[in-house]
Amino acid sequence: MTALVLGAIVAVAAVVLVSLPFLTGTDDDLDVPDEAAERRLELMDARDRALAALKEIEFDHETGKIDDVDYRRLVGPLRRAAAEALQAIDRLAEEDLT
Amino acid sequence: MADLGRAALAVSFGLALYAACAGTYAALEKRRRLADSARNALVACFFSTLVAAAVLAHALVEHNFSFVYVYQHTSRDLSTVYSLTAFWGGQEGSLLLWLLVLTAYGALVVMLNRRLLRDLIVWVVPVMGAIATFFSFILVAVASPFKTQTPPLDGLGLVPSLQNPYMVAHPPMLYLGYVGLTVPFAFAVAAMISGHTDERWIVATRRWTLGAWMFLGFGQILGAHWAYIEVGWGGYYGWDPVENAALMPWLAATAFLHSVMIQERKGMLRVWNMILVALAYELAVFGDFITRSGIVNSIHSFAQSSIGGWFLGFLIVTTLFSITLIIWRLPLLKARTKLESALSREATFLYNNLLLVALCLAILWGVLFPILTAEFLGQARTIGRPYYDFFLHVFGLPLLLLMGIGPLIAWRRSSVRALLKSLRWPIGAALVAGAALIAAGAGSSHPGLIAYTFSAFVLTTIVVELVRGTRATGSLMLLIGRNRRRYGGYIVHAAVVLLAIGIAGSSAYQTNVERTLKPGQTAKVDGYTLTYKKLETIPTVTESGKQVETRALLGLGGRAKGTLATSLINSTLLGPSHAVGIRTDWLRAQDLYVILEQQNANGSIIFQILVKPLVNLVWLAGFVFLGGSLVALWPDAAEQRRLVARLALARG
Repeated sequence: MTALVLGAIVAVAAVVLVSLPFLTGTDDDLDVPDEAAERRLELMDARDRALAALKEIEFDHETGKIDDVDYRRLVGPLRRAAAEALQAIDRLAEEDLT
Repeated sequence: MADLGRAALAVSFGLALYAACAGTYAALEKRRRLADSARNALVACFFSTLVAAAVLAHALVEHNFSFVYVYQHTSRDLSTVYSLTAFWGGQEGSLLLWLLVLTAYGALVVMLNRRLLRDLIVWVVPVMGAIATFFSFILVAVASPFKTQTPPLDGLGLVPSLQNPYMVAHPPMLYLGYVGLTVPFAFAVAAMISGHTDERWIVATRRWTLGAWMFLGFGQILGAHWAYIEVGWGGYYGWDPVENAALMPWLAATAFLHSVMIQERKGMLRVWNMILVALAYELAVFGDFITRSGIVNSIHSFAQSSIGGWFLGFLIVTTLFSITLIIWRLPLLKARTKLESALSREATFLYNNLLLVALCLAILWGVLFPILTAEFLGQARTIGRPYYDFFLHVFGLPLLLLMGIGPLIAWRRSSVRALLKSLRWPIGAALVAGAALIAAGAGSSHPGLIAYTFSAFVLTTIVVELVRGTRATGSLMLLIGRNRRRYGGYIVHAAVVLLAIGIAGSSAYQTNVERTLKPGQTAKVDGYTLTYKKLETIPTVTESGKQVETRALLGLGGRAKGTLATSLINSTLLGPSHAVGIRTDWLRAQDLYVILEQQNANGSIIFQILVKPLVNLVWLAGFVFLGGSLVALWPDAAEQRRLVARLALARG
């Protein structure tokens, strides 16, 4: 009898938990990134990668893993990549505002 | 109470099925409330499984022999702790533990990421739900731990070799590892189905993968120590198929943890990472399959059962599903940049990946070969230690070397000049170590000598990295705090070096002799003197059967003092087992290891005597590995903030 009651409690608790979202809230739209958001995420990935790489190169240069010649050759394109990503993110933000 | 257990499992099955079906529909139709309901079902599935697990645990502790499982795996004379460990001592109980861990991971991961990664979680829920559906179905319909019978007076007892403290922790650790690999797999599948293959899924699952990898790695070391002290064959890793089953996903996950860094930094290897995540997961399921099917002969596997077919089917379906998904999403997974130089950190990671996967596949072939020959030729042809040792040397030693080179090479591009400058200290240390070892007579084993020399190389690299980094930042703690992932990784590298030294020392330089002694006779081995004093026979009769322990007592002299006992235990129900005698010499970091091999009719005893140098470094490596993994695992609040900000910004 105890097992039966406990089993029923487990089942009822599960049903309540599963039904809860239908009993509360009215908005049924799933909040997933649209195309513009996807584009922003891609740009942010590019920006973060460039900034992280710059940080790494600075550290590698400081610790002697990269000499001055390599450092100068590597750092330029990365700064450009970071700047381009930032500008593209800004452009998207402006487009959203207009 | 068995009814409650059965009911709870049936509820788990229903909830998992609902999470899979409703979750898929909600994700396709973009229905938020249904998606939340499916997510709640996955969480509820954990609680109902917990109820089932509590019922079984209660029955085990109470010795409720009306449960067939409790009867088969415990007895009245078994202590409470070992009665509880019988939970994972048999097929059905360990499956229930698997489901419990799976649903716990599922509930945790969806609750922690429900707001941050809603677009991915909406697909993670049905994936985790589908996997949980399979395991709960097996527990409900094929291998229920809640089968009942008329209760006998006593149970059959737990296998003596499982009555060991290591067996309390080793299986759950492995399960946390095996099952933990489901999380990155579910996220990878979710990223591919949803088409959101940006780097968020990798950032979100990195710690889960690292955690699973840590449990799997540490669990294997615990298992190795258990085998060393309990199984009594003189070693700790026998390339047993079930041992290999844990090693293979660990190797694949190691490759993934390295290659994922390249994806994060350069957007490369996106397809490769998906393959590695799927490979690690499929290998975990494969491990489960060979352990449970009884298809291989192993001391670790469960008895032959019909369950293997189900697991094989699941393995085939999930593998085909993963391959199809990866092919479908190939256009989305294209690399965004190229490798800039063969002399760069990412290139060494790539070489490391190739070696790790090659070693993994070589081991997989070794495991599959007897199965395939049995199936197609009618007779199983086993592959022995020389095969595995060969590939361990061929792939493992270059891997060890790469661990020393990789950290000293810069990301993107490194000049030969800068690299040679960085390498001068490690190369110097390796040459000095090599020369010293040859002078000390370690040249008798070439793999051993190479392993030691490479170990010196890697250790010096780690020291050089720490010194340079500390100079640049001004403080060691600041250095580690700024990049816990990297320096935690270096600690793990140090653990691998300790492991390599321990394995090389205890295998390449061990002494292994057999001596037949009568009472009073003495054997001299490597500076130890062993005198066979007497034999004791200790019969034990319990309700679960008879057991006779034949214990030989040895007097020690030379490098060790005192006495040492070693036994052969014969149980009417559970067969023979060994209790080995081990004396650790901490000063020389070596073990004297004695096995009672055989009792002869003329009163003599055949002893196998081993002296294993540096074996204790293997166990020490386990703790260093754990420490390093925890450093790398430590939560990074800044990273979490970046993720939140990125998603908020993406939504405009």
